[in-house]
Amino acid sequence: MKRFPLAAAMAAFFIALVWSVSVRQAVLFLVGIGYGAVLAGARFGFTTGWRTLVEQRDPRGAYGQLLLLALAAVLAMPLLGRFTELHAALGPPSVSLLVGAFVFGLAMQIADGCGSGTLYKAGLGVPLNMAILPLFAIGSFLGSAQMHDWLALGQLKPVGLVQDWGVGPALAATLVALAVLAIVVRLWVGPGKPLFEKRWVWGAIALAVLATINLVIAGQPWGVVYGFGLWAAKGAQALGLFHPAQNPYWGDAGNMQRLAQSALLDVTSITNMGLLCGALWVSARKPPGAKPLSPRQWAIGLAAGFMLGYSSRLAFGCNVGAMFSGISTGSVHGWIWMAMAFLGTLIGVRARRRLAF
Amino acid sequence: MKDNTGWLRWAFWIILVLFLGWDFLRSPAIDLRQEPPLVAAGSGQVVEGGHCSSAK
Repeated sequence: MKRFPLAAAMAAFFIALVWSVSVRQAVLFLVGIGYGAVLAGARFGFTTGWRTLVEQRDPRGAYGQLLLLALAAVLAMPLLGRFTELHAALGPPSVSLLVGAFVFGLAMQIADGCGSGTLYKAGLGVPLNMAILPLFAIGSFLGSAQMHDWLALGQLKPVGLVQDWGVGPALAATLVALAVLAIVVRLWVGPGKPLFEKRWVWGAIALAVLATINLVIAGQPWGVVYGFGLWAAKGAQALGLFHPAQNPYWGDAGNMQRLAQSALLDVTSITNMGLLCGALWVSARKPPGAKPLSPRQWAIGLAAGFMLGYSSRLAFGCNVGAMFSGISTGSVHGWIWMAMAFLGTLIGVRARRRLAF
Repeated sequence: MKDNTGWLRWAFWIILVLFLGWDFLRSPAIDLRQEPPLVAAGSGQVVEGGHCSSAK
């Protein structure tokens, strides 16, 4: 596929958004293209970074992620303190968060993609990730539809460090915690290992800048999963399988409104579309090169994709909405997500090896 | 090796475009006079977008 026709199609969609939706949504589409181009161009993978850290004691992916979190926090937290219109990614610490993040961390190793990873690999044309995307959406929808029952198992109020402590202490605590993690990773891998990979350093810088633009323009941090659930909910509603007014989550006034209006007006949906397009653009020069899978691996991979969607709703986000956006905007649930998902990954990498992925 | 996943890529993008087109046509017309501010920061308007971290 050639890059010029792709660029022309994306430019036409951008103009259509400006003309018939809103300038904000059009600009957010460009931000999404940036996400996709950076993730796919740098192969910036949260899943692979954790796996190589566990299996090969290679710290470069994890250090790229720690750098990304630190840069994003330095940029986002002062903005949250300055502008009251901006929201942090605040999720409630809860039983559902513990279970959801653990299962997500496990499933993402089998499906070889987290939230952003599944999207950019689908955009690149990796067959399993393209097939996973609709199942991820259905899982995300079912998770949101059952979220009320999960929350009944126990929850605390969301804790926002910027709101509770102020910008300075929240940022200092976040940077200290990230530095401690960097030291732990360094001790785990031992001496003599390179800590940084050039492409993941520029990837981290670019993603942190794009996420900050996302926050300033949309008023909310980068997210992925909400858009997936919204798309599946629209489909379920159209098929008469689901009545949003009877559901505690989708019956909320804001969600009802977003269900009724075009997905082109939804922030997460538009950045997801941009991300897919950005990765597609990269794939014109860099074909995905995925290895063929057996029917059994396909079945397991698709089931893992469904679990990714379901568990990410229980966990109040995936690696992007919960971990990246949560930690960088001072939400305690982001830290809990990281710890539980890493525990899940420890099981997931073993399962992945056993299943010969 | 011959790439035989081309049909899957086409199917993926065609389904996505069809979904967006169907959704756009079935949704109420967008009121361009109610356009959100280009930049939320400093706009003075409360943001009401959906986010995965939200419990509602």
